[in-house]
Formats: sequence, structure tokens, C-alpha cells
Amino acid sequence: MLRILHNTQIDFIGRWRQVAVVIASLLLPAVVWIVVSSARGGLSESFKLGIEFTGGTVVQYDFPVPPSIERVRNTVTAAGFAGAEVQTFGAPNQILVRAQEHEEQAIGGAESAAQVITAALRGEFADNLPAVSRTDAIGPRVGAELRRNAIIAMLISFAVTLLYLAWRFDARLALAAVFANVHDIIATFAFIKYAQIELSLFVVGGILTVIGYSLNDKVVVFDRVRELLRQRARRPLRDTLNLAINQTLPRTVLTGTTVIACLLSVIFLGGEVLRPFALVLLFGIVIGTFSSIFVASPLLLLIEKKWPRQDGETKGMSRALAEERKRERADPVTTR
Amino acid sequence: MSKLKYRLILIALLTVASVAALIPRDVTVKRRDAEGVLREVTEKRVPLKRGLDLQGGMYLALEVDNSKQAVADKSEAIDRAIKTVRNRIEGFGVSEAIVQKSGDDRIEVLLPGVTDQERATSVVREQAFLKFQIVDKTQALERVLPRLDAIVRQRNLAADRPAAAAPRPAAATKGLQGLLTGADSAADTARVASADSVVPGTGAFSSAIQQGGMVGEYFVREADVPMVTRFLEDSAVRSALPPAKEVHWGSDSTVMAGARYRPLYVVDARPIITGDYLTDARPNTSPLEGTIVQFQLNNVGGRRFGNETAKHIGDYMAIVLDNRVMGRPPVIQGRITTNGQITMAGRDLAAAQDLALVLRAGALPVPLMVAEVRSIGPSLGQDSIRKGVRAGLLGLAMVVIIMIAYYRLSGVLSVLGLAFYALTTLAALALFDATLTLPGIAGFILSIGMAVDANFLQFERIREELDRGKTVRTAIDEGFKNSLSAIVDSHVTTALTGAVLYQYGTGPVQGFAVTLVVGVVSSMLSAVFVVRTFFMLWLTRSRGTATLSI
Repeated sequence: MLRILHNTQIDFIGRWRQVAVVIASLLLPAVVWIVVSSARGGLSESFKLGIEFTGGTVVQYDFPVPPSIERVRNTVTAAGFAGAEVQTFGAPNQILVRAQEHEEQAIGGAESAAQVITAALRGEFADNLPAVSRTDAIGPRVGAELRRNAIIAMLISFAVTLLYLAWRFDARLALAAVFANVHDIIATFAFIKYAQIELSLFVVGGILTVIGYSLNDKVVVFDRVRELLRQRARRPLRDTLNLAINQTLPRTVLTGTTVIACLLSVIFLGGEVLRPFALVLLFGIVIGTFSSIFVASPLLLLIEKKWPRQDGETKGMSRALAEERKRERADPVTTR
Repeated sequence: MSKLKYRLILIALLTVASVAALIPRDVTVKRRDAEGVLREVTEKRVPLKRGLDLQGGMYLALEVDNSKQAVADKSEAIDRAIKTVRNRIEGFGVSEAIVQKSGDDRIEVLLPGVTDQERATSVVREQAFLKFQIVDKTQALERVLPRLDAIVRQRNLAADRPAAAAPRPAAATKGLQGLLTGADSAADTARVASADSVVPGTGAFSSAIQQGGMVGEYFVREADVPMVTRFLEDSAVRSALPPAKEVHWGSDSTVMAGARYRPLYVVDARPIITGDYLTDARPNTSPLEGTIVQFQLNNVGGRRFGNETAKHIGDYMAIVLDNRVMGRPPVIQGRITTNGQITMAGRDLAAAQDLALVLRAGALPVPLMVAEVRSIGPSLGQDSIRKGVRAGLLGLAMVVIIMIAYYRLSGVLSVLGLAFYALTTLAALALFDATLTLPGIAGFILSIGMAVDANFLQFERIREELDRGKTVRTAIDEGFKNSLSAIVDSHVTTALTGAVLYQYGTGPVQGFAVTLVVGVVSSMLSAVFVVRTFFMLWLTRSRGTATLSI
């Protein structure tokens, strides 16, 4: 029988201080960076927002022969789109042009930004005629609406999962899980910021999936905690938490491995469009697994100690807490 | 034993039904061939609806444009407009096109296979409000020009006027007018001369416009068009314009003496007739006028048109489509009744076809604007499918290797469960007529990795039970039973997130949410029921075995 991480006895909870220092030193700069740049110029200053949120036009061109980026950029600028971004997309002959402009095309109104850019490029590259393989043009009003919907979606999925966990487990466990989840979200945004990934609608979908997966992971650990508490063994709460984490560790690592294997194949073979989404998911899933162990569980210990529950006896929690206090008196150094 | 038999029968039935739902079948689709003719083509395909991002096509979102006029009840206006849009799309000949209301104030148009963005948007968004108006012959604009100049100066509307277009030498203006009016009668030239004396050429408004070849026609340099448009949109300027007259731009600009000019027309506000009476419109080409659209009016309209044109013989008649004058207004030479034509001034036949189409389908009750366009070429979509399938196969292969290497026989059982999972998920998508998008493919690949999570929970649990010295049979029973609560909870949280994503996501992201939710249900079924049944089968086959390959 092939076994990994069998019968491990790692003291995860005891290391919460070191872990907290590491988390803070990685996340605080990002949070400060995001907050400062948001205060300076709003959300679009702190993140590279996709045109779904800002409004704008993206056109992907397929050139028969790879063109000079500089020449494409000059042509686009000459056509009146000075702020436009020009970059290759996957292959050197695939050129992506992104302009913030989007004129809402009223009846008989001006030509759309995409049409103007295409006409200019076709004029300039008459011997290397580009074909339009993709156009996305989004008006500012739709952009504002999608931005609002994305934020609502994140808040609602928080609320819904919090309620479900509070009902299936109890409010304290749910609170610890959701707090750890907030940590995951902040960390994922920090990753998006550090890696300069464009925050598109699709990436927001990825973040929501991370919320789901991360909760999933916490549910598995807490389910084991609940089960261990029912045994009413003479075991301090911190040992119960450590035992639960250690017992579920093989599953945590194995599931992480298969999911990461699938994501890696999307990153390497799935194409340009899916890559940012898969990268965000990859990071989010690693961080979600990490936070189930190092954030959610110490947090639960803290919450249970600070606000002892009234019905603790029925769930074996009172006993675990009594043992916990005994341990603290006996060994005040390691249980700090 | 009998319980096991029913389980196996149920699994077999589900498998057969899933395969049946996915067998490629003949589908008839309308498609334009190389010459642009619409043909019905029969092809075999897997009955999975592919989203626009996979098969190529266009998505348009239209909203009521209330920049020009306030629209009181947008929702009601959209309801009326949607019929016209639908008629036009049907005439455009796209198979499987969808025109639907989205929310309260938006029309969504999905055009699979269409990639000619320009043509499709213009067909959809053209309001197609046709009217015939007599070109003003009283020089009404010249009389108010000094006041317009004063208003422009007072309100500082010409602030960012380009310097190059400022005062123009009088000789050049004269020469230009000579060019324009050369072919016309002497009377016209005389009128131009008198008009010239009225236009002082000092104010920003009057120096931007020049008398054209007929009374009521003016030319504006292409560079000045945005400025003059701004003047004309100003409320003070609008109220100072001559009463009972309208000012419209011409549809086409002309090149004269090396510069591009756009014509501006002053017309009587009361149309002699509108497109409401139109019964038919056909594109045509004539050797003299090039591309034209011929139209027919009904009897009532014909009578009215006849009376009006009889009264205005010798006048110029502007054909105004969506507040733009089409071509140069022709002179009315005699009574015109039910048949008329619009000359397309150098446009190609496709443009005439589209104009005839929108005229036939009727005018939109409200002006619409394009709020969102997404268009994807068919080759990019195929490329996405190919890449997605490749990534999926690699991911699947890795998961299979991990499962079998780690759990041996139990791993094989779990892979069988995974196959069942993949099959039923795809079949469910086909049966619910869900649309498979590129994010949907990503979601499906991701769910392969997640689907085995339930098996990990079960198998690790079985190992723990075996460690405690339980027999194989008890360990399996206990393992499946004790892992159930974690499996249910984790699946429900994922499904809840998926539901939220579906509710608040749009288009492609919804496709991702659908595969996620369908995948969660199939994964539960596969882990809790199918893999469990395989274990039960194994137990009955290897009665008395003391070891389990896990």
C-alpha cells in the first residue's frame, strides 16, 4: 500500500505565530499598495481592469506574417487612439489592440473604435492584410453594471456559504472558515496585483471558484474536528485540531495534486484566454489549502477560547476546552 | 444481492441514456456559401450547443438611446423594438439567431457564424425612419446666421476650434463655389452670389459653412464637422434656428479641390411623406445611377405622395433616413406616386440590400445604440476547442495515473466512476440544452480534478478503518458512511458558489457556472452511488478476501 503523509503528528497550531508573521509580511505590503493606489485613482489605478469593467474595445488581429509591434502601435496612435495598448497574444502574428475608447454607437453615429483601428491597420499593412479574429467592445454603462454585479456576487457567495456552514456546523466554525476565506481573497488579490494579471470578468469567476474550493477544504477539516469532539476524549482542543488536520492531510495533499495537475495542463495547453484564469485558480487553491491548516484552525481555537459556548457540553467542546485550560496551566510557554 | 442488481441496472441505464444523448446526429443548418447564397446544409454533430466563443459569431447588446430624445418607458419601448430587430435578423438570414430581451432595457442579439461586424451592427441598429422633405428655398438659414454667430461667440462654443480652419481667403471660397455650381443654371449662381453677401464670414458658425450648389445646401469641411455638430446640438442655437425647418447632415462627403466636405441641408420640418406607407423595397443597379433601392408605397401613401410632389415640381426633395440626407436631393420633375427610388451614391450592392431589408422590416420605434459587441472568428473558436480538448485529455491522464498508482484496484474503480462522471456531465449539458463555452470547458477540466476529491475522502477513510483492524467489508461500509457528511457539505458549498456565479455572471461566465453545478451533481452521484456499487460488486465477487487493494 502506497502511502504519503501517513500518521503524521505535526503541531500545526503551535506554529501559528511564525505563520502569522509570514502572512503579514507578504500580505501587508500588497494591501497597503492596493489601498494607496485605490485612494489615488480608484479601482482602475490599483488593478489592471479588463474592458468588461471599464468599457473599451479589444480587437485581436491575425496577421499572415508577424508584423512589427512598433509599426502597429504607431498606426493605432495615428488613427487617434494614443492610449491604446498593443501586444502579441500567444503567437507573434496574433496582435491584440486594446483601446479604452468605446463610442456607444447611436443611430447613424460615428464608426466604432474597432472599425477605425481595423481600417487604419488594413491601410498600413496592405501587403500583410490582418484578419480580425476577435472583437470585444463594451460601453461604459455595461462596464459599470458588470463591476457592480461582480462585487455583489462575491458578497452574496460569502453570505450564502456562511449561512450554510452556520446551519450545518455552527456559527463559530462558520465564522472561522469565512475569516480564513477573507484571507484567501486578500491573498489572491495580492497575487493578481504582484503578477500584474488583468482583472477580467473571467478572473473574477476564478476568484469565486477559489472561494468555493477553499470553503470545501475547511469543511473537510472541520467535519473531522466535529467528529473527534464527539468522542469526548481527554484531549485539549489544540490537540483535537492538530489531529484533525493530520488525519485529513493525505486527502488534502492528494486532492490538491489532482486539481493542480488539471490546472497546469490548462496553463500549458489551454491557450492564452484561459491562462490568467488558471493561474489565479492555481494560486488560490494552494492558498486555500494553506489557510485551512494555518488560518482557519488557529482562528477556531481563538474564537472558542474567547467566547466559550453555552451548549458546549453537547458537542464535546466543553471538555476539550477544560483540557485546553489544564494544558495551558501546565505548559504556559508552548501554549501561548 | 438483489439490491446490488438494481444498482447495477440503474448505472447501466444511466450510462446508455448518456451515450444516447451524446451520439452525433444530423442537424440542418442554414449557411452562406462562398457566393453569399443561403443554403441548407446537413451535417453530423455531437448535440452539444457550442457558445459563440467556440463556434464563432457575434453577440450584440442594444439599449435605448435617449441622448437625443427622452424615452419615458424604456421597457415598453424595447418590447416594441424587439419585433423590428427580429424581423431584420430573419431577413439577414442567420440560422439559429437569437433575439431576446435581457433585463428591463436591453435587447440581446446572438448571431452564430456571423463575423462581418460592420454589416450586422448597421442592420440591427439602423432606426430606418424614412421621410421625404422638401429642401428649403427661402434662404432661412442665411437670415439667422448673424444671430447664430452671436450665440456661438456669447456661449464660447468655438473655444477649441482648430486654427487651420479659421479665416479662409475669399478667393478660395469663390473658386470652390465656382466648382460646385459650374454645372448649374445662371440663376443658381446669382443666388449663390447674393448668399455670399449675406454670409459675412466673420462669426465661427458662418465661416465654417459655405453655400452649396443649391439653395438650402451647405458644405462644411470634414475637420469642422464635429464643431458644427456641437453648435447644432446646443440648445440656444437650436432655438434660434429658423422655425418649421430642420437641419440634417448628408450621408456622404465629397472631395473638392483636395479637401473633404460634408453637405448640410436645411429642409422643411413637415415631411411630405414617411416610410410608414412603404410596402416593399428592393435593391437594384441602374447603369446611370449605380446602386439604387426601389420602393413601393401603398395606395394611401401613393395618393398623398402624388399630391405633394405635384405641388412641388421644380423643388429639391431630400430623402432623409434617420435624420441623414441620402445622396444629393433630386429635383422633382413630375408627379410621383407609388414607386420611387433612393440612389446609393457609389455604395455597393450589399449596402443596398441592407437598406432595402431595414426599410422592409420597418422603422424602429425608438433609436437604439450598441452597448456591447463581442465577435469571434470561427477559426479562433476551433482553435479554442482544440486547445481545450488537449488540456482536458492531459489533465485526465494525470488524474488517472495518480489514482491507479496510489490506490491500485480501488484506483481503477475510481477511474471507472470518473468516466461515468464525465459521461453524465456532458449528457446532462446536452439534455438541458446548456451552452458549452470556453470557460465552461475550463470548468469541466477543473471539475475532473475535483471530482476525485470524494474518492480521496472515501478511500483514506477506508484505510483508516482498516488500520483500526476492521475487516475489509466493515472498513468499506464504515469508510463510505463516515465520509458522507464531508462529501455532502463540500459539494453543497461548491454548488452554492456556482449558483451565485450563474445568477450574477454574464455570458461565458454563466457557461462556467452551469458546468460547475452540473458537475457537482454528477460527481456526488458518481462517488456516493456508482463507486460504492463497484465496491459492493467487488465484495460479492471476492467473498472472504482478507485484503483489499487500496
